[in-house]
Amino acid sequence: MDFKFSEKEEMLRKAVREFAENELPPKMEAMEETGEFPMALLKPMAEVGITGIITPTEYGGVGMGYLARTIVLEELGRVCGAMPMAMQVHHMGCAAISDFGTDEQKEKYLTRLAQGETMGTVAVTDPAGGSDVIGMKATAELKGDKYILNGRKCFMTNSHTSDFWVVIAKTGEGAKGMSAFIVDKDAPGAKLGRKENKFGLRGANTGELAFDNCEVPKENLLGQEGGGLGVAIKTISETGRTGMAATALGILTATWEEAGKFASERVLYGKPISALQAIQFYMAEIYSQLEICRLLCYRASWMKDQGMRCDTETALAKYYTCESAVNAAKKAIEIHGSYGIMKEYAVQRLFRDAMVTVPAGGTAEIAKVVLARAALTPFKK
Amino acid sequence: MNRIIVCVKPVPDPRHWDKVTMDPATMTLKREGIPSILNPLDKHALEAALTIRESRGGEVVSLTMAPPFVDSILREGLAMGADRAVLLSDPAFAGSDTLATALILAAGCKWIGEFDLVLCGNLSIDGSTAQICSQLGELLDLPSVMHVIGLEWLDNDRAIITQRIEHGRVRMEAASPIVVSVLKELNKPRYIPFTGILEAESKELKVISNQDLKIDPGLIGLNGSPTKMAGLEVRRFERKRERVEGSIDEIVQALADKIHQYGII
Repeated sequence: MDFKFSEKEEMLRKAVREFAENELPPKMEAMEETGEFPMALLKPMAEVGITGIITPTEYGGVGMGYLARTIVLEELGRVCGAMPMAMQVHHMGCAAISDFGTDEQKEKYLTRLAQGETMGTVAVTDPAGGSDVIGMKATAELKGDKYILNGRKCFMTNSHTSDFWVVIAKTGEGAKGMSAFIVDKDAPGAKLGRKENKFGLRGANTGELAFDNCEVPKENLLGQEGGGLGVAIKTISETGRTGMAATALGILTATWEEAGKFASERVLYGKPISALQAIQFYMAEIYSQLEICRLLCYRASWMKDQGMRCDTETALAKYYTCESAVNAAKKAIEIHGSYGIMKEYAVQRLFRDAMVTVPAGGTAEIAKVVLARAALTPFKK
Repeated sequence: MNRIIVCVKPVPDPRHWDKVTMDPATMTLKREGIPSILNPLDKHALEAALTIRESRGGEVVSLTMAPPFVDSILREGLAMGADRAVLLSDPAFAGSDTLATALILAAGCKWIGEFDLVLCGNLSIDGSTAQICSQLGELLDLPSVMHVIGLEWLDNDRAIITQRIEHGRVRMEAASPIVVSVLKELNKPRYIPFTGILEAESKELKVISNQDLKIDPGLIGLNGSPTKMAGLEVRRFERKRERVEGSIDEIVQALADKIHQYGII
């Protein structure tokens, strides 16, 4: 086994860190206050290669794969958690079209995503669905050369910042009765709903879509009719979970840095509080969780790059890293004492941001269902 | 435009400066184990070269004198967009002052071949001497311009240069080849594009020793450097403390004397 990053991966980390440290902080106050994603950063991120990190070069991306993407998202998240949240969902939009799209769809839509002309997203959850994907109510019915979509989608990252969405809707009943579509935001009957007011990851836009007899050309069916659940599951479990895990990993890294810095600077009883064993134990716990999560996240994305089945590993990385980010941020706030709950200190934002990663991209309970399967299958009689 | 040479220097990362120590014997920085970065102003020089190449064509070669362990830093310059890198590395170069370094870099420029422009950062953040540009100009027998904040390359191989001076700026026209050192106001260096990282792997990074350059060993390295360090003093920033003992009256009197002695009142 080789746990060392290549020179190329090290340089990638350094390059993203420089970009993130220079470009994100000036935008963060407005992101926190308004809850808006800074669209002006989309083009610079595309020029560096962030938007097209997993997209093949023939469609305008850089095709560096999932381990590289994890490094990129982690480094963005180390500075501003909302940025990798928005980017990872953007990558989900890219992956869905890249994995299931026709050449024409890739040419028309994927290139625009990779080059940062707009943002990507995948709309699975509707008010009646969520973890119960099959329970969704949104429908699509083929009439002539168009599908007619009806229903609503909610809790969608990048809903209002995308020019088109990958939408899952029912074309029949059961697991094989769902289909995926690329829906232009200007399609007749497509409407933007409310923007959500989240307490964390505020700079990543989350909102609602409504389809009222929305007309979608037949050629915008993504994959086969009836193959929508496959599109949703592959995109969420591979791209979405590795992305949410990497987002949480970035938050966790920032948490460790903020806690360590504060513990070394804050003086009580005549010495830095890092000399107190109680604080040292907190730091040891944060550090352990960070190191464990790094290994889980890198392994899951490496397996995806190798073309290995990785649903268990991505679920494990997502579940454990998001939970750890919350636990670590809570400890970091405790290290800070009352300072930790003041808006001037980053740890309160890290706690809010970490908490939002828990239900996003598949709840902890859904991840545990996947993990329980892996844990019990060898003993099945 | 045929070729631009950009002198780039790996310097200790300022985030680790608290770990940098001096070698008391040679009175030079001990760099081993300290992460390096590309000297920030050299990135501006590289950006200027890449911008000229985009409009006028030609080749951008990065040139460095450094120990051999700086490979990954030079790859960063290649990832930013330099076409190839030349590293001048030889134990005989160790301890060179700015004059000896300029002599080695000038030999490096000549070894690379013909060029139209040599660019460097105005100064490095470790030594901060800001002497290389002028010395290179003298040793290559070329005009040199420092403190450059504007550089426009014309299609007749002449350049319009804006130089910052103490209370204003000077605009001048120069014929190539020239040596120029730049300030940060010149441009905003591009971020390393990910495609550049992929391409950098296959770009040439050639290591050259004094066997290739054949400089008189008496002119380079610690012995060939006319700059001699007179001494080395570690500055300590500590509060001066003094404990005054005795009865309350004695302590108060002693305190009053000290206040008077140090001119506080």
